[in-house]
Amino acid sequence: MTTNLIDIQHSDVVMCTNNMAENHPVGFQWVMKAKERGAKVIHVDPRFTRTSAVSDIHVPLRSGTNIAFFGGLMSYAIQNNLYFKDYVVYYTNASFLIDPAFKMPADLGGLFEGLEQTGKGGTDPHVAQTYNKSSWKYQLDGEGTPKRDLTLKDPNSVFQLLRRHYSRYTPEMVERICGIPKAKFVEVAKLYCGTSGREKTGTITYALNLTQHTNGVQNIRSLCMLQLLLGNIGRPGGGVTALRGHANVQGATDLELLYHELPGYMAMPLRDAHPDLKTYLEKETPKGGFWVNKPKFFVSLLKAFYGDAATKENEFGYQWLPKRASADAYSHQHTFVDMYKGKVKAFLCDGQNPAVGGPNAKLARAAMQKLDWMVVVDIFLTETAEVWRTPGTNPKEVNTEVFFIPAAPAAEKDGSLTNTMRLIQWHEKSVNPPGQVQTDAQFVCTLAHRLQKMYAGSKKDRDKGFLAASFTYGEKPDHPEIELVLKEINGFATEEIKDKDGKVVYKKGQPLNTFAHMTDDGKTAGGCWIYTGVTVEGADGKLVNKANAQKPADDKDYLAHGWGFSWPANRRIIYNRASADLAGKPWSEKKKLIWWDPEAPGQTPDKKGKWVGLDVPDFNAFLAPDAKGGDKPFIMRADLVGAFFGPLNDGPFPEHYEPIESPTRNLLSKQQNNPVAKIWSLPDHKNDLIPLGSKDYPYVITTYRLTEHHLSGVMSRYLPMLAEMFESHFAEISQELAKEIGIANGDKVTVSTPRGKIVAKAMVTHRLKPFQIDGKTVHQIGVPWHWGWKGVDSLPGSKGDITNNLSATVADPTVYIQETKAFMCNVKKGEV
Amino acid sequence: MSLSRRDFFRYAGSAGAGVAMGTATLDLKPVAAAATALKLKEAKVHTSVCPYCAVGCKQLVYSKGDTIIDIEGHPDTPHTLGKLCPKGAATIQLSNNALRPTKPLYRAPGSDKWEEKPVEWMYAEIAKRYHDTREKYFIEREKDKDGKDVTVNRLEAIASLGSACIDNEECYLLTKLNRTLGIVYHEHQARV
Repeated sequence: MTTNLIDIQHSDVVMCTNNMAENHPVGFQWVMKAKERGAKVIHVDPRFTRTSAVSDIHVPLRSGTNIAFFGGLMSYAIQNNLYFKDYVVYYTNASFLIDPAFKMPADLGGLFEGLEQTGKGGTDPHVAQTYNKSSWKYQLDGEGTPKRDLTLKDPNSVFQLLRRHYSRYTPEMVERICGIPKAKFVEVAKLYCGTSGREKTGTITYALNLTQHTNGVQNIRSLCMLQLLLGNIGRPGGGVTALRGHANVQGATDLELLYHELPGYMAMPLRDAHPDLKTYLEKETPKGGFWVNKPKFFVSLLKAFYGDAATKENEFGYQWLPKRASADAYSHQHTFVDMYKGKVKAFLCDGQNPAVGGPNAKLARAAMQKLDWMVVVDIFLTETAEVWRTPGTNPKEVNTEVFFIPAAPAAEKDGSLTNTMRLIQWHEKSVNPPGQVQTDAQFVCTLAHRLQKMYAGSKKDRDKGFLAASFTYGEKPDHPEIELVLKEINGFATEEIKDKDGKVVYKKGQPLNTFAHMTDDGKTAGGCWIYTGVTVEGADGKLVNKANAQKPADDKDYLAHGWGFSWPANRRIIYNRASADLAGKPWSEKKKLIWWDPEAPGQTPDKKGKWVGLDVPDFNAFLAPDAKGGDKPFIMRADLVGAFFGPLNDGPFPEHYEPIESPTRNLLSKQQNNPVAKIWSLPDHKNDLIPLGSKDYPYVITTYRLTEHHLSGVMSRYLPMLAEMFESHFAEISQELAKEIGIANGDKVTVSTPRGKIVAKAMVTHRLKPFQIDGKTVHQIGVPWHWGWKGVDSLPGSKGDITNNLSATVADPTVYIQETKAFMCNVKKGEV
Repeated sequence: MSLSRRDFFRYAGSAGAGVAMGTATLDLKPVAAAATALKLKEAKVHTSVCPYCAVGCKQLVYSKGDTIIDIEGHPDTPHTLGKLCPKGAATIQLSNNALRPTKPLYRAPGSDKWEEKPVEWMYAEIAKRYHDTREKYFIEREKDKDGKDVTVNRLEAIASLGSACIDNEECYLLTKLNRTLGIVYHEHQARV
């Protein structure tokens, strides 16, 4: 998230699009605090939940129509002149002019300019057609600088294109698509667009409600664009409140347990685009913005991986890194498709339960049953570990060899976790893990050492990188000292570094204080540049672990900079230069965060002026507002401004398309689905989809979570204190639908799709209501997804069918996330 | 401030009701401090982080020997103010749990049961599997889109999944291991 949970209290309006009160209850106290201070709370959700119960307005919206909703809000702000004009003109690309050849869905029946047929891919639209983005670009002047029109009137300006694009998203259209009555939409639009301007701010919360769609990234973009339009990014009470679901999903993303990147958000090399280090750095390093430093971060990463073996002569080991064959490969869903097809032979599953938790779980289980071998590292024996015992499966027919390593929870080991607001916090080992339980760090290092022994003496090029990598941290090789791993992530000097006067700045091995000190010549190593500063050397020469800093907040520092370490550089609210106006003064006294103090001591004794305030500036602290670039807050972008016009694979502006499985034709254009969504075709009916208008599967289904359970249930179904909280798996059904199909509360029902079916108890409630979509009644059900066939034996309600048996293998075209928040199903009484 | 354990519960109970109604004016800090002092007399205390959602509630873990006896919210935490949700309050059962295996287990192909194995045997066998699969399926070079033979050093036969439940340092070590071995199917829960 761009902001900080504590800061939500300063919002004037909080718009929750997820069920924050139930899924992030402790964080939700800051929404309640804002409400106590006079804020209004809006809850946008198909279901009425405990978040709705404490909100001022509940807005039920049909799942899968968020872009229509956010687009409608943007249009409302523009039509009614409610956008924050100074912010939009100077801090975004609204004034930039776009190539006149660029055409939009308004001109092209729902498509953007440049959709080309490839003649490949069969029924997979992602391969069969692709956007040629050659017209999706700025007009440049003779010096290569984008042309701008600060009046925002040029018809090719981003602002005018934005206005025209979203002018189709009228309140009437929002009502038809989303099922939100026009009067309610206008009420919400008035309230939320009221957070525009100098004096007011608002924040929007989201979770997987927005991401799990075939246009998931565009959903998030539309939210961010609304926030830019209202001038809400980088300001107290503003920002994007992204609420992550796991204790370390942020950290695992930063450290890049993801196929497409390396730690610190740098691309994993592609075979065709990145044949050598020089080409990689040329293509991946933008010409402007802070990412111009990427070569320093990237070379430091290679030094952290390969140590002394990484030299300038061998491209710092670049050739040892694997090169991806394609950008359309290796994601979670690709993994299980390729495992099912036999390409993936073996599998390490460390702390994840795809037999339950991923899309199309029947496919995932069938795929794992085809493996040669699998290693599962977890606290409990998950459904994944026991995939050979799947109900209905004969273990004798499953030849997957399985190794299970028992793992340790946080309280039994040292380490850090990064929470949803980028805050890195340390946990201490309080007890030894029982028996032969292994920590994950111990497992990785021990395995690495065993393998290095087997490869010792190899002269092959392909083994050199692995043999060069060190997995020894401290004196006991298989028991890494975790603070030393953190130091490698933080970065350190690989040799003595002196300044230009010959004074030693860093001793060899000393941790770096800031990523600004990283170099691209091999003198520094660092596993993840954004974490630099988390551990430094104290005056006594010992490591100071700032992740374990425990200074509470006080009146002078409400953002608590002395508690943990927030990447990057301990900034608590990013893009915070945008909290001040062009001249560097806070937009308003009550919304002040950082500002330019012209009298403060400058960078050198002969200079004055510095950014100061309540947070660490996310900006060059000595760059005056009137200097070149001094008025451009979005330093991570090459053009230094927030982007309304952006470069995703499915269009520069978010456009509403229906989910792949939908109850209605697209009422906005003739283009039904995202034209470049990823749809896998699989043998054995493993991914049959529901066509539009199917009478067999007439109801919308969305999945959701509960306060007392956790995700795929590994950390809740096995704990009696939590497992006893629900008497069974259930499907939430409206009174109206229940009446229509003759179901009473507590009846057994079967929910089915062509992929699979589940049996659960009907929970008939008023919390879900049918939608009126273009004059027709559309029913939607909600099903939590925490259950599997394992749990506490004496608590039968802890066990249940796997909701993800129902979902499909389809994906967003940019990040390949699945569509589990909006698809179609049938519901029948009894077990059928 | 001195409080008996019974006083503490009575006091905390009434204060809790007030908090729930949003009308609390009681300062709970002395109560928390007194409760902490009570426990500290008997136990070691360490700080931890709740392993469930990503709010990152800091916790205090009380232990005696190698047994955790209680886990509660860390009252100084600026963004949680010491609170825990039902899941966070159940954290102790991740450690103290009869269903938790404490020995490595092996399931042979086609078998219908687990077998306990020494951890050394497990590491040796797993390393052998990694080595053999890597040797058999490693792709050192292949043709690029122009038909040119290029180095790719890629291992597609072994996939790796997880985890958003492990520590930053562990994530980094796993990334380092996978990437230096050539593994490209390399994912965790952020993708789903």
